[in-house]
Amino acid sequence: MIKMQEVYMTYPNGVVALNGVDVTIEQGEFVYIVGHSGAGKSTFTKMLFREEVPTKGSVVVNNTDITTLKWKEVPYFRRNIGVVYQDFRLLPKLTVYENIAFALEVIEESPKNIRKRVMSVLDQVGLKNKARFIPDELSGGEQQRVAIARAMVNHPSLLIADEPTGNLDPETSWEIMRILEEINASGTTILMATHSKEIVNTVKKRVIAMEDGMIVRDEHRGEYGYEV
Amino acid sequence: MKFSTLKRHFKEGARNTWRNGWMTIASIGAVTTTLILVGVFLVLMLNLNHIANELEDDVQIKALIEVTAEESDVDQLEENINNINGIESIDFSTKEEELENLIDSMGEQGQAWGLYEQDNPLNDVFIVKAEDPLETERIAAEIEEFDFIYRVNYGQEYVDTLFKFNEYARNVGLVLIAALVFTAIFLISNTIKITILARKKEIGIMKLVGATNNFIRWPFFVEGMFLGVLGSVIPIAVILIGYYFLTQNMAILQQFNFVTILDFYPFALQISLIIVGIGASIGVWGSLMSVRKFLKV
Ligand SMILES: Nc1ncnc2c1ncn2[C@@H]1O[C@H](COP(=O)(O)OP(=O)(O)OP(=O)(O)O)[C@@H](O)[C@H]1O
Ligand SMILES: [Mg+2]
Repeated sequence: MIKMQEVYMTYPNGVVALNGVDVTIEQGEFVYIVGHSGAGKSTFTKMLFREEVPTKGSVVVNNTDITTLKWKEVPYFRRNIGVVYQDFRLLPKLTVYENIAFALEVIEESPKNIRKRVMSVLDQVGLKNKARFIPDELSGGEQQRVAIARAMVNHPSLLIADEPTGNLDPETSWEIMRILEEINASGTTILMATHSKEIVNTVKKRVIAMEDGMIVRDEHRGEYGYEV
Repeated sequence: MKFSTLKRHFKEGARNTWRNGWMTIASIGAVTTTLILVGVFLVLMLNLNHIANELEDDVQIKALIEVTAEESDVDQLEENINNINGIESIDFSTKEEELENLIDSMGEQGQAWGLYEQDNPLNDVFIVKAEDPLETERIAAEIEEFDFIYRVNYGQEYVDTLFKFNEYARNVGLVLIAALVFTAIFLISNTIKITILARKKEIGIMKLVGATNNFIRWPFFVEGMFLGVLGSVIPIAVILIGYYFLTQNMAILQQFNFVTILDFYPFALQISLIIVGIGASIGVWGSLMSVRKFLKV
């Protein structure tokens, strides 16, 4: 599903964010990426939906080599990947319902199917009663659930979450984790960059630890392994 | 593209137009100003063109026949003129008819000429029209060579100047209109760009969920169209009302003058369509130009 080989990434300003990354992730896995600030976690995830292109090496996702992907093909490639950020990235003027529906309008889903699927994911993240609210009227945890609902609404094979609980209180974080595990149980690969020692040590999954743009540890059912 | 998607783009475009409030009004203002100027220019140009064409059609050669010419000489002359290349028509007019025309064309004052009816100082004439008005000069020169031609009249300088002025007016008009249109496109694209800066993040989010550039562009296309169409409302009203009054007053003027302007209908309809068309093009172009930069990611 994901195969990175000898991946190097140097930003235009000269910062080396990835320094030879080799990794394989199978379909259906749940993987944490941990490491100090600036270790390259976000850059790692950005490779996977072609937000950034590696300076060297190959990145293959869903049998697509993103280094040779033409820019016209990028939107279509991204439709099979859901992305969730710490800052939610919701469209501020659209309602909860419209934000989620947007991901389906883009793929020209029929209005009938859009309604059905949006209501179904809203139910799944427990926000059916807030469908008509705009993001500013929601709590952080609720906004994050909308972002997850949007990321999962077209059944992507891969869901990338970059610090999805970064802005949330512990209780809300567990709620988000429960939803992510549920999505994972349906077969979606989940890649989650996090600083939460508690989550990583409690909900045991594969852990990839990064340091200075390199993978320094990769264990199944691993520990967080850093002092917070 | 599915119909439901098109509907979505129109809804979204309308919503953005509405939401951008003051920026929308500023853009519409830019279109309105431009279109009023362009519209006035167009009205002037199209009417100049109309007048020129009318005068061009009127350009005719009057070949005055010597009073000494016999009937057989006149027949021979007609045959000779007919043989010249590029003749559209040739008509014979007696000096009595010429005098009558003259009196008619002068209205009240013309009555004075009635005194000449007994002793007509005019000549019989051939009235010759060239197929191409621009050939008039050559044909007139050829006719002048024939026997029994007393003189050839066609208002040389007048015709040449008219043609030159016409061409000149057309070119200047087109250049001015092009300059105005480009200024408006520039203004609009800059105005919309201000609203897009705020939307830059949104465009990034749209791309994140896999929206194609065209999908993102469509609502902007619609918004530009709305701006253009809304911006053409006032110019059309101003020009239609203005032109209506002009035609009303021209009707009085025309009694003294042989120059006419285009009738209110269908000209009013045509100019309205042209103005809406230009407005929509300005809006769409300006809007798409402003979004271009943000799609290159
Ligand atoms: N767009 C960019 N341009 C230039 N340098 C960048 C850019 N994004 C990240 N970097 C640099 O690349 C390095 C890795 O950044 P990255 O965001 O991948 O770290 P991270 O592990 O996600 O950190 P954090 O835990 O703080 O989110 C950092 O030194 C950062 O300054
Ligand atoms: Mg990061």
